[in-house]
Amino acid sequence: MFVLVEMVDTVRIPPWCFHRQLNEAVAEELNKKLANKVVFNVGLCICLYDITKLEDSYIFPGDGASHTKVHFRFVVFHPFLEEILVGKIKYCSQEGVHVTMGFFDDILIPPESLQQPAKFDEAEQVWLWEYETDEGAHDLYMDQGEEIRFRVTDEVFVDTSPTGPAAATPDNAAQPGQSTAAPAEESTEKKEAPYTLIGTICEPGLGLLSWWNN
Amino acid sequence: MEVKNANAAMLSNYEVFKLLTDLKEQRKDAGKSKHSLGQQDLNTIMYETLKYLSKTPCSRQSPEIVREFLTTMMPQKLTKAEKLQLLNQRPQSAVEIQLMVEESEERLTEEQIEELIQTVAGVLPGDPEQENAAAADAEMNGGAEQS
Repeated sequence: MFVLVEMVDTVRIPPWCFHRQLNEAVAEELNKKLANKVVFNVGLCICLYDITKLEDSYIFPGDGASHTKVHFRFVVFHPFLEEILVGKIKYCSQEGVHVTMGFFDDILIPPESLQQPAKFDEAEQVWLWEYETDEGAHDLYMDQGEEIRFRVTDEVFVDTSPTGPAAATPDNAAQPGQSTAAPAEESTEKKEAPYTLIGTICEPGLGLLSWWNN
Repeated sequence: MEVKNANAAMLSNYEVFKLLTDLKEQRKDAGKSKHSLGQQDLNTIMYETLKYLSKTPCSRQSPEIVREFLTTMMPQKLTKAEKLQLLNQRPQSAVEIQLMVEESEERLTEEQIEELIQTVAGVLPGDPEQENAAAADAEMNGGAEQS
């Protein structure tokens, strides 16, 4: 679930931090910069693990701050593919079941990866598994807040760094025709997640923990 | 910023839990100093991650337990990632083992799976509350526990 990532960065220490230990100040700056952020193709940064090397510090003309090249290791949330994780259901929607780990929210289990046969209950906005037994089908609801075990099948990194004026998304044109309720404007304003995990629960043992307790 | 190695090592949940707990203590000791400004992101992720991890079996582990677990796992032909998942999740049923061990049908016999469950339950401490509940209706042998 968590990995160590080796990185190198040049850290700027402002003069009002010069009275402090250099490693302390550097550690703080690195945590300030990276903690709780997603690095493209790396994962969600949690916190600094250690500093492995500090190179010489320089002061450049016109800036009183010192600049130090730092080699360090960071703890990063980046589950490997096929890893089994346990999370909580955040909510269900047409797109599938959205799962949260608490510290990481962007996990989606698409409808085709649910335990089959699966059905979406429009009235309650919840997915359910129509579990077949000898006495007929049982509807197993996937309610909000339930603990769920899933397998990571894919990861999607989106480069969300600022760009020029965005070209109109082609999805926009298609949407009004299909959707009856949701206005198209909302979808464009939706912030894109920089790092999304795609999961599956279509295997015995996966799904709500309560399904497999006995 | 440059990423030298995006996967230098895998960390167990326990290692992350320990690191964050220590960091939290350290920051508490330092008090609400003027330096902690602009560290909301660190505080948020620390709080949320600890909240998640404290509910997993890793909150009851220690370096000795992890070492003992890995030593007893030595004879089993499991990959590093598989052992890590066993350590992190402490599976208690065959179906869970089959999920975490790839192609378990071919690689493990039923007895081996049973043995794995026993080792995992014996070496890694479980949730005391759950254990008591289980002991009430099953014949749980406390002998394996080494509290």
